[in-house]
Amino acid sequence: MKAIRLALTALLLASRSVHAVEFNHFVAEQSSLQFVSRQMGVAVDGRFRRFSVKLAFDPARPAVAKAQLELDLASVDAGSPDADGEVVGKPWFNVKAFPMATFVSKAIRPLGGDRFELSGKLTIKGRTHDVSAPFVFRQEGDNGIFDGAFVLKRLDFGIGDGIWSDVSTVANEVQIKFHIIAAPAAASK
Amino acid sequence: MPDTRYTHPAIVLHWLMAVLLMALFSLGIYMHDLPLSPDKLKLYAWHKWAGVTAFVLVLLRLAWRVGHQPPPLPAAMPGWQKAAAHGIHQLFYLLMVAIPLTGWLMSSAKGFQTVYFGILPLPDLLAKDKELGELLETVHKVLNLSLAALVVAHVGAALKHHLRDRDEVLSGMLPFLKRKS
Repeated sequence: MKAIRLALTALLLASRSVHAVEFNHFVAEQSSLQFVSRQMGVAVDGRFRRFSVKLAFDPARPAVAKAQLELDLASVDAGSPDADGEVVGKPWFNVKAFPMATFVSKAIRPLGGDRFELSGKLTIKGRTHDVSAPFVFRQEGDNGIFDGAFVLKRLDFGIGDGIWSDVSTVANEVQIKFHIIAAPAAASK
Repeated sequence: MPDTRYTHPAIVLHWLMAVLLMALFSLGIYMHDLPLSPDKLKLYAWHKWAGVTAFVLVLLRLAWRVGHQPPPLPAAMPGWQKAAAHGIHQLFYLLMVAIPLTGWLMSSAKGFQTVYFGILPLPDLLAKDKELGELLETVHKVLNLSLAALVVAHVGAALKHHLRDRDEVLSGMLPFLKRKS
Protein backbone atom coordinates (compact mmCIF):
# COMPACT_ATOMS: atom_id res chain seq x y z
CA MET A 1 0.00 0.00 0.00
CA LYS A 2 2.75 2.38 1.00
CA ALA A 3 4.68 1.42 -2.10
CA ILE A 4 1.72 2.16 -4.31
CA ARG A 5 1.28 5.58 -2.74
CA LEU A 6 4.97 6.32 -3.22
CA ALA A 7 4.81 5.21 -6.81
CA LEU A 8 1.76 7.40 -7.41
CA THR A 9 3.48 10.38 -5.84
CA ALA A 10 6.55 9.79 -7.96
CA LEU A 11 4.37 9.52 -11.06
CA LEU A 12 2.56 12.74 -10.15
CA LEU A 13 5.84 14.58 -9.63
CA ALA A 14 7.19 13.20 -12.88
CA SER A 15 4.10 14.26 -14.79
CA ARG A 16 4.34 17.72 -13.23
CA SER A 17 7.91 18.10 -14.36
CA VAL A 18 6.92 16.97 -17.83
CA HIS A 19 4.25 19.66 -17.91
CA ALA A 20 6.60 22.35 -16.72
CA VAL A 21 7.14 23.71 -20.19
CA GLU A 22 8.67 27.05 -20.91
CA PHE A 23 6.89 29.07 -23.57
CA ASN A 24 9.41 31.27 -25.28
CA HIS A 25 8.72 31.35 -28.98
CA PHE A 26 6.47 34.25 -30.00
CA VAL A 27 3.96 33.42 -32.74
CA ALA A 28 3.43 36.81 -34.38
CA GLU A 29 0.78 35.82 -36.96
CA GLN A 30 -1.70 34.68 -34.32
CA SER A 31 -1.03 37.33 -31.71
CA SER A 32 -2.79 40.66 -31.53
CA LEU A 33 -2.44 43.97 -29.76
CA GLN A 34 -5.63 46.00 -29.74
CA PHE A 35 -6.81 49.14 -28.05
CA VAL A 36 -10.06 50.92 -27.42
CA SER A 37 -10.11 54.70 -27.31
CA ARG A 38 -13.14 56.80 -26.45
CA GLN A 39 -14.05 59.70 -28.73
CA MET A 40 -17.01 61.81 -27.60
CA GLY A 41 -18.18 58.89 -25.48
CA VAL A 42 -17.89 56.42 -28.35
CA ALA A 43 -15.59 53.41 -28.05
CA VAL A 44 -13.39 53.14 -31.14
CA ASP A 45 -11.38 49.98 -31.83
CA GLY A 46 -7.80 50.14 -32.98
CA ARG A 47 -4.81 47.85 -33.20
CA PHE A 48 -1.12 47.59 -34.00
CA ARG A 49 -0.06 45.44 -36.92
CA ARG A 50 3.65 45.04 -36.13
CA PHE A 51 5.14 44.14 -32.79
CA SER A 52 7.45 41.52 -31.44
CA VAL A 53 7.59 39.81 -28.09
CA LYS A 54 10.46 38.05 -26.38
CA LEU A 55 9.30 35.92 -23.54
CA ALA A 56 10.14 33.06 -21.27
CA PHE A 57 7.17 31.83 -19.28
CA ASP A 58 6.68 28.63 -17.36
CA PRO A 59 3.32 28.69 -15.56
CA ALA A 60 4.86 26.60 -12.77
CA ARG A 61 7.64 29.14 -12.20
CA PRO A 62 6.20 32.63 -12.80
CA ALA A 63 8.84 34.19 -10.52
CA VAL A 64 11.52 33.71 -13.16
CA ALA A 65 9.30 34.50 -16.14
CA LYS A 66 10.18 37.41 -18.40
CA ALA A 67 8.56 39.34 -21.21
CA GLN A 68 9.65 42.14 -23.52
CA LEU A 69 7.70 43.96 -26.18
CA GLU A 70 8.84 46.03 -29.11
CA LEU A 71 6.06 47.86 -30.87
CA ASP A 72 6.27 49.63 -34.21
CA LEU A 73 4.01 52.62 -33.59
CA ALA A 74 3.69 53.47 -37.29
CA SER A 75 1.81 50.18 -37.75
CA VAL A 76 -1.18 51.65 -35.94
CA ASP A 77 -4.73 51.20 -37.18
CA ALA A 78 -6.60 53.86 -35.22
CA GLY A 79 -10.02 53.02 -36.62
CA SER A 80 -10.27 55.32 -39.66
CA PRO A 81 -7.96 56.62 -42.42
CA ASP A 82 -8.35 60.11 -40.95
CA ALA A 83 -7.19 58.96 -37.53
CA ASP A 84 -4.36 56.79 -38.92
CA GLY A 85 -2.84 59.85 -40.57
CA GLU A 86 -3.29 61.89 -37.41
CA VAL A 87 -1.94 59.62 -34.67
CA VAL A 88 1.50 59.07 -36.19
CA GLY A 89 2.03 62.84 -36.14
CA LYS A 90 3.86 64.99 -33.65
CA PRO A 91 1.08 65.60 -31.09
CA TRP A 92 0.38 61.87 -30.82
CA PHE A 93 3.05 59.18 -31.26
CA ASN A 94 5.53 61.38 -33.14
CA VAL A 95 6.85 58.27 -34.91
CA LYS A 96 9.61 60.18 -36.68
CA ALA A 97 11.31 60.90 -33.37
CA PHE A 98 9.99 57.87 -31.44
CA PRO A 99 9.29 54.99 -33.83
CA MET A 100 9.15 52.27 -31.19
CA ALA A 101 7.37 51.71 -27.91
CA THR A 102 8.83 49.16 -25.53
CA PHE A 103 7.77 47.20 -22.51
CA VAL A 104 10.13 45.33 -20.20
CA SER A 105 8.68 43.13 -17.50
CA LYS A 106 9.83 43.42 -13.91
CA ALA A 107 7.70 40.74 -12.28
CA ILE A 108 5.04 38.18 -13.07
CA ARG A 109 3.03 37.24 -10.05
CA PRO A 110 0.51 34.39 -9.74
CA LEU A 111 -3.03 35.50 -8.83
CA GLY A 112 -4.31 31.96 -8.38
CA GLY A 113 -5.55 29.45 -10.91
CA ASP A 114 -4.68 30.46 -14.45
CA ARG A 115 -4.48 34.15 -13.59
CA PHE A 116 -1.30 36.16 -13.31
CA GLU A 117 -0.24 39.76 -13.07
CA LEU A 118 2.40 41.22 -15.30
CA SER A 119 4.16 44.40 -14.24
CA GLY A 120 7.00 46.33 -15.74
CA LYS A 121 8.11 49.47 -17.48
CA LEU A 122 6.38 50.84 -20.54
CA THR A 123 8.18 53.43 -22.65
CA ILE A 124 6.36 55.48 -25.26
CA LYS A 125 7.60 58.76 -26.75
CA GLY A 126 10.63 58.66 -24.49
CA ARG A 127 8.54 58.55 -21.33
CA THR A 128 8.66 55.55 -19.03
CA HIS A 129 5.96 54.55 -16.57
CA ASP A 130 5.23 51.48 -14.46
CA VAL A 131 2.24 49.56 -15.69
CA SER A 132 0.68 46.30 -14.61
CA ALA A 133 -1.84 44.08 -16.31
CA PRO A 134 -3.67 40.99 -15.15
CA PHE A 135 -3.72 38.19 -17.67
CA VAL A 136 -5.07 34.69 -18.10
CA PHE A 137 -2.76 31.97 -19.31
CA ARG A 138 -4.04 28.83 -20.97
CA GLN A 139 -2.64 26.12 -23.15
CA GLU A 140 -4.16 25.17 -26.46
CA GLY A 141 -2.44 22.27 -28.14
CA ASP A 142 1.25 22.92 -27.76
CA ASN A 143 0.90 26.67 -27.57
CA GLY A 144 0.49 28.96 -24.63
CA ILE A 145 -2.03 31.79 -24.86
CA PHE A 146 -1.81 34.98 -22.84
CA ASP A 147 -4.91 37.17 -22.70
CA GLY A 148 -4.76 40.37 -20.76
CA ALA A 149 -5.88 43.97 -20.63
CA PHE A 150 -5.08 47.16 -18.80
CA VAL A 151 -5.94 50.82 -18.95
CA LEU A 152 -3.30 53.31 -19.99
CA LYS A 153 -3.58 57.05 -19.45
CA ARG A 154 -2.43 58.50 -22.75
CA LEU A 155 -1.42 61.88 -21.30
CA ASP A 156 1.09 60.16 -18.96
CA PHE A 157 3.05 59.50 -22.14
CA GLY A 158 2.23 62.77 -23.86
CA ILE A 159 0.07 60.98 -26.45
CA GLY A 160 -2.22 63.67 -27.83
CA ASP A 161 -0.51 66.92 -26.87
CA GLY A 162 -1.74 70.46 -27.34
CA ILE A 163 -5.34 70.79 -28.52
CA TRP A 164 -5.78 67.04 -28.14
CA SER A 165 -5.04 67.12 -24.41
CA ASP A 166 -8.73 68.00 -23.96
CA VAL A 167 -9.94 64.68 -22.51
CA SER A 168 -13.61 65.55 -23.03
CA THR A 169 -13.26 64.77 -26.73
CA VAL A 170 -10.70 61.95 -26.62
CA ALA A 171 -10.66 60.28 -23.21
CA ASN A 172 -7.40 59.99 -21.29
CA GLU A 173 -8.06 56.33 -20.60
CA VAL A 174 -7.22 53.91 -23.40
CA GLN A 175 -7.83 50.23 -22.91
CA ILE A 176 -5.05 47.97 -24.18
CA LYS A 177 -5.85 44.34 -24.92
CA PHE A 178 -3.20 41.79 -25.71
CA HIS A 179 -3.59 38.28 -27.06
CA ILE A 180 -0.16 36.70 -27.27
CA ILE A 181 0.52 33.20 -28.56
CA ALA A 182 3.80 31.52 -27.71
CA ALA A 183 5.08 28.11 -28.66
CA PRO A 184 7.17 26.05 -26.25
CA ALA A 185 10.88 25.88 -26.88
CA ALA A 186 11.83 22.71 -28.74
CA ALA A 187 14.63 22.00 -26.25
CA SER A 188 12.41 21.97 -23.16
CA LYS A 189 9.97 19.42 -24.59
CA MET B 1 -66.24 74.98 -44.74
CA PRO B 2 -63.32 72.64 -44.09
CA ASP B 3 -60.56 73.71 -41.74
CA THR B 4 -57.71 75.28 -43.69
CA ARG B 5 -55.27 74.93 -40.82
CA TYR B 6 -52.94 72.14 -39.84
CA THR B 7 -53.29 70.81 -36.28
CA HIS B 8 -51.04 72.40 -33.66
CA PRO B 9 -48.76 69.36 -33.19
CA ALA B 10 -48.33 69.16 -36.99
CA ILE B 11 -47.36 72.85 -37.12
CA VAL B 12 -44.92 72.54 -34.22
CA LEU B 13 -43.31 69.42 -35.70
CA HIS B 14 -43.06 71.03 -39.14
CA TRP B 15 -41.22 74.14 -37.95
CA LEU B 16 -39.08 72.32 -35.40
CA MET B 17 -37.88 70.00 -38.13
CA ALA B 18 -37.45 72.83 -40.63
CA VAL B 19 -35.01 74.56 -38.29
CA LEU B 20 -33.31 71.32 -37.23
CA LEU B 21 -32.85 70.02 -40.79
CA MET B 22 -31.42 73.30 -42.03
CA ALA B 23 -28.97 73.34 -39.11
CA LEU B 24 -28.04 69.70 -39.76
CA PHE B 25 -27.56 70.33 -43.47
CA SER B 26 -25.31 73.37 -42.94
CA LEU B 27 -23.33 71.63 -40.20
CA GLY B 28 -22.91 68.54 -42.37
CA ILE B 29 -21.47 70.55 -45.25
CA TYR B 30 -19.24 72.63 -42.97
CA MET B 31 -17.80 69.81 -40.84
CA HIS B 32 -17.09 67.48 -43.73
CA ASP B 33 -14.07 69.38 -45.05
CA LEU B 34 -12.53 70.31 -41.69
CA PRO B 35 -9.09 68.91 -40.85
CA LEU B 36 -9.19 66.44 -37.96
CA SER B 37 -9.31 68.26 -34.62
CA PRO B 38 -11.16 67.96 -31.30
CA ASP B 39 -13.67 70.48 -32.69
CA LYS B 40 -14.32 68.28 -35.69
CA LEU B 41 -14.99 65.29 -33.41
CA LYS B 42 -17.39 67.46 -31.38
CA LEU B 43 -19.23 68.70 -34.47
CA TYR B 44 -19.59 65.17 -35.81
CA ALA B 45 -20.98 64.01 -32.47
CA TRP B 46 -23.44 66.93 -32.37
CA HIS B 47 -24.48 66.28 -35.96
CA LYS B 48 -25.20 62.65 -35.08
CA TRP B 49 -27.14 63.54 -31.94
CA ALA B 50 -29.21 66.12 -33.85
CA GLY B 51 -29.71 63.55 -36.63
CA VAL B 52 -31.04 60.97 -34.18
CA THR B 53 -33.37 63.67 -32.81
CA ALA B 54 -34.61 64.41 -36.34
CA PHE B 55 -35.19 60.70 -36.88
CA VAL B 56 -37.29 60.46 -33.70
CA LEU B 57 -39.21 63.62 -34.68
CA VAL B 58 -40.02 62.34 -38.17
CA LEU B 59 -41.33 59.09 -36.71
CA LEU B 60 -43.55 61.10 -34.33
CA ARG B 61 -44.62 63.21 -37.27
CA LEU B 62 -45.51 60.19 -39.39
CA ALA B 63 -47.48 58.72 -36.49
CA TRP B 64 -49.38 62.01 -36.10
CA ARG B 65 -49.94 62.28 -39.85
CA VAL B 66 -51.52 58.81 -39.98
CA GLY B 67 -54.20 59.91 -37.53
CA HIS B 68 -54.65 63.51 -38.72
CA GLN B 69 -55.34 64.46 -42.30
CA PRO B 70 -53.83 67.76 -43.45
CA PRO B 71 -56.28 70.43 -44.62
CA PRO B 72 -57.47 69.85 -48.19
CA LEU B 73 -55.72 71.71 -50.99
CA PRO B 74 -57.62 74.65 -52.48
CA ALA B 75 -60.35 73.46 -54.84
CA ALA B 76 -59.13 75.91 -57.48
CA MET B 77 -55.76 74.13 -57.78
CA PRO B 78 -55.24 72.28 -61.09
CA GLY B 79 -55.04 68.51 -60.81
CA TRP B 80 -51.38 68.29 -61.82
CA GLN B 81 -50.40 70.74 -59.09
CA LYS B 82 -52.29 68.71 -56.51
CA ALA B 83 -50.56 65.58 -57.71
CA ALA B 84 -47.17 67.31 -57.61
CA ALA B 85 -47.88 68.59 -54.08
CA HIS B 86 -48.77 65.09 -52.87
CA GLY B 87 -45.75 63.60 -54.60
CA ILE B 88 -43.37 66.13 -53.10
CA HIS B 89 -44.76 65.62 -49.61
CA GLN B 90 -44.37 61.85 -49.93
CA LEU B 91 -40.78 62.35 -51.10
CA PHE B 92 -40.17 64.62 -48.11
CA TYR B 93 -41.26 61.91 -45.70
CA LEU B 94 -39.19 59.32 -47.54
CA LEU B 95 -36.06 61.50 -47.40
CA MET B 96 -36.61 62.55 -43.81
CA VAL B 97 -36.54 58.88 -42.85
CA ALA B 98 -33.84 57.75 -45.28
CA ILE B 99 -31.34 60.53 -44.51
CA PRO B 100 -30.87 59.88 -40.78
CA LEU B 101 -30.98 56.15 -41.49
CA THR B 102 -28.13 56.37 -44.03
CA GLY B 103 -26.21 58.58 -41.58
CA TRP B 104 -26.58 55.97 -38.85
CA LEU B 105 -25.62 53.10 -41.19
CA MET B 106 -22.67 55.09 -42.57
CA SER B 107 -21.39 55.70 -39.08
CA SER B 108 -21.58 51.97 -38.27
CA ALA B 109 -19.90 50.98 -41.54
CA LYS B 110 -17.09 53.45 -40.83
CA GLY B 111 -16.55 51.83 -37.43
CA PHE B 112 -18.04 54.55 -35.25
CA GLN B 113 -21.02 53.57 -33.20
CA THR B 114 -23.64 56.29 -32.73
CA VAL B 115 -24.06 57.04 -29.03
CA TYR B 116 -26.95 59.46 -28.50
CA PHE B 117 -25.69 62.39 -26.38
CA GLY B 118 -22.70 60.22 -25.53
CA ILE B 119 -24.98 58.15 -23.28
CA LEU B 120 -27.40 55.97 -25.24
CA PRO B 121 -25.66 53.63 -27.69
CA LEU B 122 -27.61 52.83 -30.84
CA PRO B 123 -27.00 49.34 -32.17
CA ASP B 124 -24.61 49.02 -35.10
CA LEU B 125 -26.80 47.59 -37.86
CA LEU B 126 -23.77 47.08 -40.10
CA ALA B 127 -20.31 45.73 -39.40
CA LYS B 128 -17.28 47.86 -40.18
CA ASP B 129 -16.72 47.93 -43.95
CA LYS B 130 -14.70 50.72 -45.55
CA GLU B 131 -16.18 50.51 -49.07
CA LEU B 132 -19.73 50.27 -47.77
CA GLY B 133 -19.05 53.27 -45.51
CA GLU B 134 -17.91 55.34 -48.47
CA LEU B 135 -20.90 54.24 -50.54
CA LEU B 136 -23.29 55.20 -47.75
CA GLU B 137 -21.54 58.56 -47.44
CA THR B 138 -22.27 59.23 -51.11
CA VAL B 139 -25.88 58.10 -50.70
CA HIS B 140 -26.27 60.32 -47.62
CA LYS B 141 -24.92 63.28 -49.60
CA VAL B 142 -27.09 62.69 -52.69
CA LEU B 143 -30.22 62.27 -50.55
CA ASN B 144 -29.40 65.54 -48.78
CA LEU B 145 -28.92 67.43 -52.02
CA SER B 146 -32.25 66.02 -53.19
CA LEU B 147 -33.85 67.20 -49.96
CA ALA B 148 -32.37 70.68 -50.48
CA ALA B 149 -33.82 70.77 -54.01
CA LEU B 150 -37.16 69.67 -52.64
CA VAL B 151 -37.06 72.41 -49.98
CA VAL B 152 -36.49 75.02 -52.70
CA ALA B 153 -39.53 73.72 -54.62
CA HIS B 154 -41.56 73.55 -51.37
CA VAL B 155 -40.74 77.11 -50.29
CA GLY B 156 -41.28 78.40 -53.83
CA ALA B 157 -44.67 76.73 -54.04
CA ALA B 158 -45.72 77.99 -50.60
CA LEU B 159 -44.79 81.56 -51.56
CA LYS B 160 -46.54 81.27 -54.89
CA HIS B 161 -49.71 80.11 -53.11
CA HIS B 162 -49.52 83.01 -50.69
CA LEU B 163 -48.44 85.83 -52.96
CA ARG B 164 -49.93 84.95 -56.33
CA ASP B 165 -52.82 82.60 -55.73
CA ARG B 166 -53.64 84.39 -52.45
CA ASP B 167 -55.00 81.18 -50.95
CA GLU B 168 -54.78 79.62 -47.47
CA VAL B 169 -52.01 77.09 -48.13
CA LEU B 170 -49.16 78.93 -46.37
CA SER B 171 -51.30 80.40 -43.60
CA GLY B 172 -52.48 76.86 -42.80
CA MET B 173 -48.97 76.18 -41.56
CA LEU B 174 -48.47 79.66 -40.07
CA PRO B 175 -51.19 80.32 -37.47
CA PHE B 176 -50.12 83.92 -37.00
CA LEU B 177 -50.40 84.65 -40.72
CA LYS B 178 -54.15 85.00 -41.13
CA ARG B 179 -55.35 85.81 -44.60
CA LYS B 180 -57.95 88.59 -44.54
CA SER B 181 -60.99 87.27 -46.27
